[in-house]
Amino acid sequence: MIPDTAAWEALRLSLWVSVWATVLAVPLALWVAWLLARHDFWGKSLLSALVHLPLVLPPVVTGYLLLGAFGRNAPLGRALDSLGLGLAFHWSGAVLAAVIMGFPLMVRAMRLAIEAVDPKLEEAAATLGAPGWSVFGRVTLPLIAPGILAGAVMGFAKAMGEFGATITFVANIPGQTQTLPSAIWTALQIPGGEHQASIMVILACVVAISAVVISETLARRVAARIADQ
Amino acid sequence: MTLEVAIVHQLAGFSLNVTFQAKAGITAIFGRSGSGKTTVINAIAGLLRPDAGRITLDGDILVDSTTFVPPSARNLGYVFQDARLFPHLTVHDNLNFGTRYAPVNASGPKFDDVVDLLGLEALLDRRPAKLSGGEKQRVALGRALLSKPRMLLMDEPLASLDDPRKQDILPYLERLRDGPLQLPILYVSHAVDEVARLADTLVLLRDGSVARAGPIREVMSDPAAVPLLGVREAGAVIEATIMHHAADGLTCLRIDVGELHLPGVEADVGAKVRLRVLAQDVMLSLNTPQGLSALNVLPVVVDRIQRGDGPGAAVSLRAGKDLLLARITARAVAELGLVIGMPCFAVIKATSVAPVSIGR
Repeated sequence: MIPDTAAWEALRLSLWVSVWATVLAVPLALWVAWLLARHDFWGKSLLSALVHLPLVLPPVVTGYLLLGAFGRNAPLGRALDSLGLGLAFHWSGAVLAAVIMGFPLMVRAMRLAIEAVDPKLEEAAATLGAPGWSVFGRVTLPLIAPGILAGAVMGFAKAMGEFGATITFVANIPGQTQTLPSAIWTALQIPGGEHQASIMVILACVVAISAVVISETLARRVAARIADQ
Repeated sequence: MTLEVAIVHQLAGFSLNVTFQAKAGITAIFGRSGSGKTTVINAIAGLLRPDAGRITLDGDILVDSTTFVPPSARNLGYVFQDARLFPHLTVHDNLNFGTRYAPVNASGPKFDDVVDLLGLEALLDRRPAKLSGGEKQRVALGRALLSKPRMLLMDEPLASLDDPRKQDILPYLERLRDGPLQLPILYVSHAVDEVARLADTLVLLRDGSVARAGPIREVMSDPAAVPLLGVREAGAVIEATIMHHAADGLTCLRIDVGELHLPGVEADVGAKVRLRVLAQDVMLSLNTPQGLSALNVLPVVVDRIQRGDGPGAAVSLRAGKDLLLARITARAVAELGLVIGMPCFAVIKATSVAPVSIGR
């Protein structure tokens, strides 16, 4: 049971795409979660619906819509292509698909964490002289850190497992857009590919379980710092 | 130090229109729940912007129609009823939270002084979850002090504590009032005993406006203030000097017109204490009473008489420089023929007077 080069390549690409998707999505998700938790504005429910849409749409539909917006025949896609930033059939497109699919999960976890912070603590920090950014950095951020972490892990796991939107948007090109799930699916299409597939399934399980264990450990440390168990 | 407040604010089903001044010492804002106390203190702290009006501190505008200084720039220490300690920080770090924002040239207590004053040494490494209610309030007070505020705002800091814990904290507040810090304090409360014990100036709020304001001795002995304080809680505040402790457990105290004999006053001879004499514990007599168990009989002059809504009446009495308040029935007023300026005798039962403040 030794993974071949194609399996390692798929794993490397999946990790690469997932890390990028997580790094890019966390600040954006935090900002959107903050807007939804703390602000009232016109179009708030629209924004909320938009963010959650990928959760309820069939992933293939999300992939199709991305193709419609960023494909080589779409105006936006053409413009990006001419700048050398083409997303279609490129690993960066897989990152975009992973960001969009994981976004609702991230926003949800972070929004709950922000809503759990008592604004009275922030008021207290302000009366002690702390300006707004300082209140966020010294009070709010440490208190929502476990929620941010949970959101990041959810997003990462979603990115590792994303299949439908990715394969629809950026296809299944080995070394370019063939992530671990796509590679497993491909292997299963070939007669006698079950052995190859099962090796990759084990790889996927190892990554997923490691992510959960690492995040649990980190979350426990953060929680211990906050609640002094 | 002068804080001037003149604000108007509309809340759901409630309008606030408050004007008062607070000077050095402790200014207490007293009112029943819903009278607007917390709204006033939040407006001063900058946690709420009033609809109209202005608040100034030593001439600096904190808020008016065009200016709004954010709470972080007001340099006022706020001690909340619910402590509001930061749960992720140790007591040490909670205490130091505001020090970095304190104005560089501001005078204020040092970390070790505050830890000493509030007895926090043993708690420094703990987190708020491991503290009792009284400990939390002491940390919150220390945290506010260490931000070197120009003034301390306290919103019912003792309301969530049981009686023994209150007795733990009151001495610290008295040390703040009388100690070297000389920090002006605005103290919001709905407990008459706390106010009587701590305040120099009293502002009585009723339904969103100031019903009475002035030095504590005058307001507490004002017959018109009785309904605001509650008939059972109303009573004059007078200052007395400890003369000697007698062998039978009574302490002899000197006041302007004579001596009082009270049980169990724990203070050194020569110390000044503040006494709260409840209006309902003062009787009046036209002649020197004979054959009475009450030990304390003071010659007084009727100063003002105010009929209550019911059968009661409040009578303020001048005892030399001191003011007393008696709550008797309107029928008694009529039968004794009490009129303003009439000399008579106030009879105070020794066991009914509790010293409310020690060491002034």
